This record gives sequence, structure tokens and C-alpha cells, in this order.
Amino acid sequence: MSGGLQTFGPHGPALGTRGLCDLGGVFDALCPMHLVLDETGHIRHAGPTIQKLWPEAPLTDARFLEVFELARPGAVTSMQALMATAGRKLHLRMRAAPRTALNGLLIPLEAGGAVVNLSFGLSVQGAVRAHHLTGADFPPTDLTVELLYLLEANAMVMDAFTQLSLRLQGAMIAAEEQAFTDTLTGLKNRRAMDHVLARLIAQGEPFALMHVDLDYFKDVNDSLGHAAGDHVLQHVARKMLEVTRDEDTVARVGGDEFVLILHNLATRRRIEEIAQALLARLQEPIPYQGRPCRIAASIGIVLSGDYTAPEADRLLHDSDTALYAAKRGGRAQHVFAAPGEGA
Amino acid sequence: MHGLINKAIQVFLQDSYGPDLWSEVLQRADPGVSGFEAMLRYDDAVTERLVTAAALALDRPPATVLEDLGTYLVSHPHMAGLRRLLRFAGVGYEDFLTSLDDLPDRARLAVLDLDLPQMALRQVSPGLFTLSCRGGPKGFAWVMVGVLRAMADDYGALVTLERRGDTIEIRLVERDFSEGRAFDLGARTG
Repeated sequence: MSGGLQTFGPHGPALGTRGLCDLGGVFDALCPMHLVLDETGHIRHAGPTIQKLWPEAPLTDARFLEVFELARPGAVTSMQALMATAGRKLHLRMRAAPRTALNGLLIPLEAGGAVVNLSFGLSVQGAVRAHHLTGADFPPTDLTVELLYLLEANAMVMDAFTQLSLRLQGAMIAAEEQAFTDTLTGLKNRRAMDHVLARLIAQGEPFALMHVDLDYFKDVNDSLGHAAGDHVLQHVARKMLEVTRDEDTVARVGGDEFVLILHNLATRRRIEEIAQALLARLQEPIPYQGRPCRIAASIGIVLSGDYTAPEADRLLHDSDTALYAAKRGGRAQHVFAAPGEGA
Repeated sequence: MHGLINKAIQVFLQDSYGPDLWSEVLQRADPGVSGFEAMLRYDDAVTERLVTAAALALDRPPATVLEDLGTYLVSHPHMAGLRRLLRFAGVGYEDFLTSLDDLPDRARLAVLDLDLPQMALRQVSPGLFTLSCRGGPKGFAWVMVGVLRAMADDYGALVTLERRGDTIEIRLVERDFSEGRAFDLGARTG
């Protein structure tokens, strides 16, 4: 071994392939993924780890280019062409499944043949898994095991952050939902209604807006107390959800004032049906602690389609005007707004 | 204190003793949160209160609770990822021991702002080591006793451990006492 090392030539180690094989133990420990090739391109010696990647047969005596395919530089099919890649970064693949990708470096030997050292590139995690490699397959000076540690640690930390983000997102959605919800009835609140209205107008979607005001609600509050009033409001909210569809918006916008936005609904007949169904349901007595609470409702309705350029304030104002017309007309009624006349 | 430490105490108590005990500990320690996030930071005093509350709730000395925590961190299936990270430190138990000096650096590679106590391993004789821990949360050495014991099982080594102050004496009785648990370098976790 000592004799070999003293014969370095000007272009690299002046060792013959035989001399390098004598150094086998040293090279196997330092670079366990190296190969020694002879002048004909046959493998004369293989490091223990690279041999693990080719478990079917010994690599020794196999032709290098029959085991490995050179992806870059391309068009290397002969030993002569292979020797010309000396000193450049080689991108290789094993020809056998799972076609593990490798990086390589070829150093020619003066006496003919070459040493090729190989390493896993970014494929390291998959390759280590596929070939069942262990920490003992890498010399302690190699950073592969540290790299694998980092990859796993990183994945765990990323996962922890993802979980944290999901929880924060959940909390954010809950908080937003709360900000747009009327806590007593679970309906949307005025803020939410303003958002929906603005969005529908911006998108140019046709809709009907029903402005609902309860009649005799104050009497219930005054005679039976606020708890009864709250009970009635919750009951009313349920009835409103019953007569509308999931995609509609039902909001409590004041004490006993509600706005229903019926999306993509423009036929008067259908809207009338909904208004009448709601009025009928709200006229039924609502039992509270064994006593019936009687209320009714009045409804003012606007259709976005009646306006060339609907505006939220205008729609609300006109629906309000129609609502008072309904109340003046004797309550438990609905009235369609006549656009333009209300202002 | 890094949230990872508090979160570790939380999942240890939840996994080992159930949600009721954890509620009791939360109530006693009163940390002002309903649970800990691994990636946030908390006041140092909270960690100590947690340990004290757990010891009271379990009616055990804090040292025992902390040692059990160390064992849990290595051996519970929910902690498989952490156990793997520890196994990356070396092929055999002695490699693992001699890598403990690097443990704070390794931890920092994974989580930049995680500061573990400085550890110094000294080999007294071929089978005898001492590990001293400096700084860090109170009772950290007890956690290390649990970790060292569980890692010995993991590697299949037989050890006896004795704690003297912040120093742990590790006597390696038999290197290959049992099979230990397999460590597949390229395995996927989680």
C-alpha cells in the first residue's frame, strides 16, 4: 500500500488498477460507492455499498455501461467516450429497477482504466429506502445520514406548522362566522346581509329581497317578558329557514326586523308563494311555557330585475316603503315595491 | 420556553393517563391556554407549573414523572418520528452516547429556536460513561434518564443508570443484550 501512493504522476495517481485494488480496504471504507474499471470498461472492484444496489450478482466482471446508463453527458456508449468524461459531473441511472439515479465522477488512471466514485443525489431518501441501506453503509465522514436526518426533521417541522395553520384557519373561520352571525337566532346579521347584497349586485345575479317586520312582537315582550320574546324570535327564524332554500340568505337586521334574499328567483308567482307560506306559518300561535304567543308579520318585496342598475340602499329603501304599505293595508300582508315611486 | 417542550408534556400526559388527568393538570397549572402549540413559545414558568401540577395530580415525585416523560418520548408509537431522529445519531448505543454532545446542535438543525441544555459526555472507563447536563429546564436530567434507558432498549443494549445531581452515570453492561428495535434508515414515518 505505501509503495503505491508514492507513484502519483502529474495527471493523477499513477497506480494501475491492480495497485488500487490493493488499496481496496482503504477505499471501501472511505468511498464505499466507488468502482474500479479496467481499460475495457469492465468493473474490477466494487465498493460494498454500491454492490448493495446490485444484489443479483457481483458487480465485478460486469461491464460498467451495462449496469449503469449515462443520462448526461449523453451519447456515451463506449469506454473511450466514458473516459472522455473525466472530471465532469456524471448523471447516471442503474439500468435495473428501481433505476436509482446517481451522481458520479470518473478519474482516469495513468496505467489505464479508471476509478468512478458514485453518490446519491436528490434521490437519496428513495434510494436508501429501496436498497435497504443502513447507517453502516455510509462512512461517518459522509453527510448522507445527516442529510436524511434533516429531511425527516424538516418534514416533521413542516407537518407541525401545517397542523398549526389548519387550527388557526379553523379558529379564523369560526371567528368570521361569529362576526356574521346573529347569536340569538343563528341567522346571518346585518353585516352579513350587506355583504351578500353587495356581492349579488356586483355579480349581476337576479334576486328577490323580502323585508319582514313582525307585528304584535312588542306586545309579547311587554306581557310575557324578554325570554318569551327571544323564544318567539328563534321560532320565527326556524320558520324562515323552512320556507327558504339553503342558498338563500336569511338575516335578522334589527330587533324584530328580518331580510330574506332569495337568490336567482325572479318570478312573482314563486315569490308570492314563499311570502304567503311564511305569513301563514307566522300566524300560528307559538307556545311558550304553556301559553300561546300570537304574532304576525308584514312583508315588503323588491325584485332586483325591476331595476336597470340596482343599488343596495335603494332596494332596502323601496322594500321598506313596500313593508309599510303592507302594514297600513292591515298587516299579515305582502306588498311588491313599485320601483321609482318610493323616493 | 419552546412550545415543543410543553406540547411534549401535554401529549405524554394525554396518551399515558387520558384526557381527564390532562384537564386536571391544566386546571392546576392554569397556563391561560387550553392546550399547547408545538411551534409557538410560552413563558418559562408555565413549564415548571405543568410539571408540578402533573406530579400532584399523579401523586408521584416530579422526578418520576419526568423520567416517564423521557421514556415516552422514545418508546410511544405517537413519538415514532422523534425516536427515528434520535436513532440517526449512531449505528450502536455507544455511537448514540458519544453523539449526545451534539444533541443541542442536532435539535437546532431541526428547529432553529429550540435550545436544549448543553450536554457533555465523558468516558470514564470502557463500559462507564457520565453525562452532565447544564442549564435548561429544571429536572431536565431526569428526562434524559428516561430517554437513555428507552434508547438502550431500542438499541438492544443493557445499561444501568444512576443520577447524581445534573450528572447521569451510565454503565454499559452488555452492548448486544437483545435484538433491539430495527431502524430502517429510509423508512417513512407518519
